[in-house]
Amino acid sequence: MRRMSMELDVFVGNTTIIDEEVYQLWLDGHSVSDAVRMRLESDALSECEASGEVLHSDTMDQYRTFQMCERLLHCPSKLANQLLFQIPAHRQAMLIERYYEFDHTFAREVLGKKLSKGTKKDLDDISLKTGVALKSCRRQFDNFKRVFKVVEELKGPLVENVQHHFLLSDSLARDYAAVVFFANSRFETGKRKLQYLSFQDFAFCAGQLISYWTVGAVDNMMEDMDVDLEKEFLHDLKDLKVLVNDKDMLDQHKSLVCYQLKGKIKAFSEMEANFKNLSRALINIASKLTNTKDVRDLFIDLVEKFIEPCRSDKWTVGDLTLFLTHYTSTAHTLEMFRFQILWERYMGVIKSCILKMYHD
Amino acid sequence: MPGKLKAKIVAGRHLPVMDRASDLTDAFVEVKFGNTTFKTDVYPKSLNPQWNSEWFKFEVDDEDLQDEPLQITVLDHDTYSANDAIGKVYIDIDPLLSSEAATVISGWFPIYDTIHGIRGEINVLVKVELFNDLNRFRQSSCGVKFFCTTSIPRCYRAVMVHGFVEELVVNEDPEYQWIDRIRTPRASNEARQRLISLMSGELQRKIGLKVLEMGGNAVVGYLQCFDLEGESGLVVRAIGTACTLDKLSNTYTPATAINPCNSSPSKDIKEAGFGEEAPGVPLSSGPPTPLRAQTFSSFSPSKSYSRQSSSSDTELSLTPKTGMGSGGSAGKEAGPLKALLRQQTQTALEQREFPFFTLTSFPPGFLLHVGGVVSARSVKLLDRIHNPALGNTRSYKLLDWNSFTADEPETRDAWWEEIRQEIKSHAKALGCHAVVGYSESTSICEEVCILSASGTAAILSSRFMQDSALDTEHRLSRQQASVFTSGAEKGEGDMGSTASLGFEDLMSPGCAFCHIPYDELNMPFPAQLTYCHCCRRYKVPDVLFTTIDLPTEANVTGKGCLIQARLCRTKKKAQGEGNATAISNLLPFLEYELHTQLMNKLKLRSMNALFGLRIQISVGENMLLGLASATGVYLTALPSPGGIQIAGKTPSDITYEQHISNMQKKINDTIAKNKELYEINPPDLVEEVIGSPIPEPRQRSRLFRSHSESSDEVSELDLSHGKKDAFVLEIDDTDAVEDIHSLLTDAPTPPGFYSCNTEIMPGIYNWTSALQMFTSVRVFRLSNVNLTNQGLNKVFNDLCENLLKSLYFKLRSMVPCCLCHVNFTVAVPEDELIQVAVTAVAMSFDKDQTQENGRQSIDKNLMKAITENEDQLQFPLELSAESSSNPLNSAKGLSEVSGPLPSARAPSVDYSSFTDRCSSWIEQLRLKAHTIRCGSIKTMSSLEKASPLPEGRSRSLRSNRSYAGSSVTVVKMTPLSFIPGTKIIKYLGIINMFFIRETTSLREEGGVSGFLHSFIAEVFAMVRAHVAALGGNAVVSYNMKECVFMENPNKNQAQCLINVSGDAVIFVRESELEATPPQPHSASAQTSSSGEGT
Repeated sequence: MRRMSMELDVFVGNTTIIDEEVYQLWLDGHSVSDAVRMRLESDALSECEASGEVLHSDTMDQYRTFQMCERLLHCPSKLANQLLFQIPAHRQAMLIERYYEFDHTFAREVLGKKLSKGTKKDLDDISLKTGVALKSCRRQFDNFKRVFKVVEELKGPLVENVQHHFLLSDSLARDYAAVVFFANSRFETGKRKLQYLSFQDFAFCAGQLISYWTVGAVDNMMEDMDVDLEKEFLHDLKDLKVLVNDKDMLDQHKSLVCYQLKGKIKAFSEMEANFKNLSRALINIASKLTNTKDVRDLFIDLVEKFIEPCRSDKWTVGDLTLFLTHYTSTAHTLEMFRFQILWERYMGVIKSCILKMYHD
Repeated sequence: MPGKLKAKIVAGRHLPVMDRASDLTDAFVEVKFGNTTFKTDVYPKSLNPQWNSEWFKFEVDDEDLQDEPLQITVLDHDTYSANDAIGKVYIDIDPLLSSEAATVISGWFPIYDTIHGIRGEINVLVKVELFNDLNRFRQSSCGVKFFCTTSIPRCYRAVMVHGFVEELVVNEDPEYQWIDRIRTPRASNEARQRLISLMSGELQRKIGLKVLEMGGNAVVGYLQCFDLEGESGLVVRAIGTACTLDKLSNTYTPATAINPCNSSPSKDIKEAGFGEEAPGVPLSSGPPTPLRAQTFSSFSPSKSYSRQSSSSDTELSLTPKTGMGSGGSAGKEAGPLKALLRQQTQTALEQREFPFFTLTSFPPGFLLHVGGVVSARSVKLLDRIHNPALGNTRSYKLLDWNSFTADEPETRDAWWEEIRQEIKSHAKALGCHAVVGYSESTSICEEVCILSASGTAAILSSRFMQDSALDTEHRLSRQQASVFTSGAEKGEGDMGSTASLGFEDLMSPGCAFCHIPYDELNMPFPAQLTYCHCCRRYKVPDVLFTTIDLPTEANVTGKGCLIQARLCRTKKKAQGEGNATAISNLLPFLEYELHTQLMNKLKLRSMNALFGLRIQISVGENMLLGLASATGVYLTALPSPGGIQIAGKTPSDITYEQHISNMQKKINDTIAKNKELYEINPPDLVEEVIGSPIPEPRQRSRLFRSHSESSDEVSELDLSHGKKDAFVLEIDDTDAVEDIHSLLTDAPTPPGFYSCNTEIMPGIYNWTSALQMFTSVRVFRLSNVNLTNQGLNKVFNDLCENLLKSLYFKLRSMVPCCLCHVNFTVAVPEDELIQVAVTAVAMSFDKDQTQENGRQSIDKNLMKAITENEDQLQFPLELSAESSSNPLNSAKGLSEVSGPLPSARAPSVDYSSFTDRCSSWIEQLRLKAHTIRCGSIKTMSSLEKASPLPEGRSRSLRSNRSYAGSSVTVVKMTPLSFIPGTKIIKYLGIINMFFIRETTSLREEGGVSGFLHSFIAEVFAMVRAHVAALGGNAVVSYNMKECVFMENPNKNQAQCLINVSGDAVIFVRESELEATPPQPHSASAQTSSSGEGT
């Protein structure tokens, strides 16, 4: 920049020009001068022989455009029927999708936290820890908050609500649903023992919980909210206690499982020795879920009470899969066990969650 | 009661929060026309109010309909304090007054506030019922169509081209009234916006009256400008070309009703009503006056003034004899009736006070010969207001700085009249009877005003000016009925000769316009003449400068390119007369140097003609800026330009010699490179044989060096080495080195890019439909250190070059592409500021066909346009036979014909989302109908409409269409008169909008750039919204005529005024037009003939 005496420099197209590369730099929270430097270094533009001056002008201009669009992006449906910027529909979709995309490392940090001012203050630390620029952290956090606020009180399926109101792709909407779901139920994810779990692990679990344990899951009439777990279901889970409280049933269950698994899993002896503890752990978790506090601890409980013992006995994923499959199915053959549907609903989710969470 | 205006307020959306407590707004709407105001109910607590009002009806004069805009104000109801204005929408209802244009205005308009910008949108429906006009002596001119397009609009045929129309209206600038000291900036801005809107309406109406008087039904090439003269007032002026247009009947009903209905009755009545001219004046201004006074009592200044002052022409023109456009007395006309046709044309033109045409391209056969650019400038001094308390009459005085006694309000008219006379005499000196591509402009700094006019001297065929004959008939019949029969007879004879003459002139259509119109032995300026390189029968000049577009039939070698000459000259600060004198002393030098630069750059590109030349001179406190832009081409008919030679003055020094030869080498290299770049390989061997007359030394000495004193010496130099007519650049001082340096530093356009400032790029024909119109503005602050001419020049040159570089970079994704109609405007808004604004359109083209066979597509397109304009089939056959005898062209022609049809390819390169505009247009109509029927489901619609299909990824693909169609119509904008690959099926009316934006929180709005960026985006949005509401899907001939930017960063303030214009149209893709059998047929027929014509 030889002379910085350019007082004013604007470019406005009838069709708003959007450079996706610059958009990403902006979203990532880079300053104009950083962005110019990065563009100068990138190979993509080398054939244009663009000088620093030209790039600076272009970057400034793009940043300004994005800032002006940002207001509209906060309410994506507005982008489609606003008149200020003429943006082809597929570009609009791109703008929205990119704006709402988030870093999973960042999301992992915020997961389960209250989306409040307090958390916002911690963004500095999160930014340091994750390496995501503070600006970008703020945008992502605000996006979470905004989506949360809008869908919190809405009826109907959570994913679809997110999709309808924010015009996001299916996969991104699912991720947001997970974030909203975790923020709403305030699941504990920050404990040291849970650190090994990634955002995707949790997002998968959230998907399971949303799909099977909420009101919307059973009642497709979309009459109730999808954000909360079904109270009645959680209450009924107490009935499962019979599986461990009734000694005969517990023994019978064990022998059925052992019969099925014999010779099929490596950790058979460990399983045999530990069966009662493991079963008790799973049933206890189920029976305690009426308590909000215990709901929040669902994941830490699963890790401490079930996953860790298995891991210390060096179960393979295959072992675990077989065990959980037969543990679930054999219960149906127990004569005295009457809660088949309830059991299936509970174990289906628990099984897939555990399998997802069972890694290093 | 000639008309009823009806308006209905349907709904609002995205309104701003006006009540902080509830985060909502209690909005209602005031609808005002003239002095009548209606209000809707308050729609409480909503940002998306559904008023769904009744129809508000205004019973008004059609005259008012033309002048006044419908004013819609959205307010927030406040029980305890004054209601807060949210913003306004001004709707020009003129398009509804022509039966051929729009029938309803319906759509979402941005609610605009001059302080806050766009604040939400409002859905409005407007209709007009016009009653039959019983008053023949009316003041209104409803039904006259206006076009900004400077050619015959695409779906019309020119029956007649009547000629020049002009008008100006003056008023006091509200910004400088005493009341401005006590009112808010908002009120002041709104007063200004409203005033300019009123004045524009009035101006248009008056021009319309003149057109009706001339027997026309349309104004083409309508150019309206305003001059902000500060304390001395506000001038709105317009020029245009009056025509009689016939709508080409295609699928649409032949709606030519306007022509006979509107023009003939007025004529009838004139003949019947007053045989003598006398009663005209009192009658015309008689009856309507009381009515107008009534209606406008609140707004007397503008009305009262403008009527007495500047409309004098109009009133005069109502009298049969002295009509200015078609002027001349009966006595004179007796002669031409007996003369040869050509002479008759000439005389007919001479009779016109100003035989000027604002058109830049013409129906085939209209433009016969081109002489060259004519221009005139004059420096005037605006006088300050002496006594601001003169009541409601105007308190301004405009003074000619030569004669301080001339304080008549007509001063402005007189100024322009003077300039036009000068232009006319220049044209005459070039042996031409007409001026085409004519335009006028001003530059004002404080109290000094430079008035400029320029055009291209030309000889026109009488073919479209039979009105001279017809008019004669009428006029004669008016005076003496006995002559009538002979007049009619004559008329028939004329028709015959027209055809034959036309034929003769079109024998070599690609070069005829280059043939000199002036007398070879009595040349107005020194020029080298050679025989035309195409037909070898007529003489042509060595270079040709014009302000028009390249004629479609012109033979061009290679491609063209944008050529700019830029110049900055310091000037001492001065006041009043001294200042004006200083400026007028500087002007000739400035022009001379600009010309020199243009010529040098032209030679450097090995080209020999300039089209679309536009020289802008802008005056500031301490400098003058000159910017000349044009499109250089190599006309095959003209001789090949020689190279540029550098001659040293002090040959003693060896290193100096070396330096010179280095430079010479560089120049030669550049020329060679440019020849390759622009594909200029003229077949010059043939030319050498014929040889051009050996130029006399005196002519050669037309030297293009900046110092005039050196030119005499140069003429003595020996120029004989090198190419036959080399150009000599003499180096005698550092200045010259700089000059050459700057000549060479014009960065070449990056690969894949071309640029021009004309409608189309010679040499590129296969456009795709991808286009991007843009406006870019830069303001540069000079550091006050280096204010030498050289330093300034460099700064200014860099500013323009860097701007172009940035544009190329921005638009890199469109490559291969051409920036068309690149329009630079420069200004010196303050002491040390230089402002450059560019509006242009980037259009992609198909690379594969760039070369030879691409040619046919344009020819096809153009010829199609031509055939639409004309009931052709007159000479294509003869034409092809004739030109195929030319060995150079026939081979090329044949090869071209066999190429694939480009129109079939074009759509495939379209933006994916921009596909089927037509369907989206229909979609929009449907939506509109929907809105009308059920305006009440709106609250939810914004949520529901946008909701995509539930299944994931595929949604983004599918939903594209759903929201492109459902919410906002895509409106294309282009400064060109056409959109490639499409057909304009309807012109909906002129768009002429003026906006002011002001801020007192400049930093918060992102500084000056942020402020202007959003303002320009807002202007685009408002233009698009108006076009969409008229049912259109594009603006053609879009032009940003004014962009006045002022800032005061210390006070955190800025203000900007923007004036834009264009023609709202409906287009359909050619590929989507139902392939009606005759069309491709005729198209291919044209292709073959035109292909050979090249």
